[in-house]
Amino acid sequence: MATHTLDITKEHCPMTFVKTKLKLAQIAEGDILEVLLTEGEPLNNVPKSAKEQGYNVLSVEHVDGNIHKVTIKK
Amino acid sequence: MEDTPKKKLSLIAFSGEFDKLTAVFTLATGAAAVGYEVNIFFTFWGLDAIKQKRGRSFVGGSFLTKIFGFMMGGLKATPTSRFNFWGIGPRIFRSLMRKNNVATLEELVEAATALGVNLYACEMAMHVLGLKQSDFIHEVKDTLGVASFLEISEGGRTMFI
Repeated sequence: MATHTLDITKEHCPMTFVKTKLKLAQIAEGDILEVLLTEGEPLNNVPKSAKEQGYNVLSVEHVDGNIHKVTIKK
Repeated sequence: MEDTPKKKLSLIAFSGEFDKLTAVFTLATGAAAVGYEVNIFFTFWGLDAIKQKRGRSFVGGSFLTKIFGFMMGGLKATPTSRFNFWGIGPRIFRSLMRKNNVATLEELVEAATALGVNLYACEMAMHVLGLKQSDFIHEVKDTLGVASFLEISEGGRTMFI
């Protein structure tokens, strides 16, 4: 079980979702993906859409400023 | 959890302008990334977006359609619907997008195919413009008519751009 990190803090819609989705497709079943994202659209919707697509959102933590870390298990 | 049918978005890409095609591919990739099934039906000017030759080339069956093919061009030759300034506009927008870290049209098309967005070409418009499926990128799944498009888009949302 590996842990992967994806930083989408510099990305804008729709690439925030696109990069998360493609990364989740790439990693193995049971792996963890930590996504660094900003407040607003990414924070509101990345965890939500991951859940909707059947992934397990383990936590959403505040990192610094407007940056948050979402931990997703595939 | 109750079994809900997969959400679906179908887009009719009629326009061949850089900005409108950016809207098509932004919606398509965004929707596909959040779990929608996405279909894009390219017709008329929209077919420029899926041509294999991304610049200008004489694709077409007859003399006239070859000239049309050259004038219409591919993805890289698309004009903007406003501020085109004889072709300088799209370059300015591309550089602005890159500078602001917003995905360019080419990156969005790449993302759409990576996400498995279904691309279809309109049979009638292809016939008029003398285009064959082999003139398009190989990700184009099929050549369709209205009846098949309606069947594919049934039960989802449809937009015309």
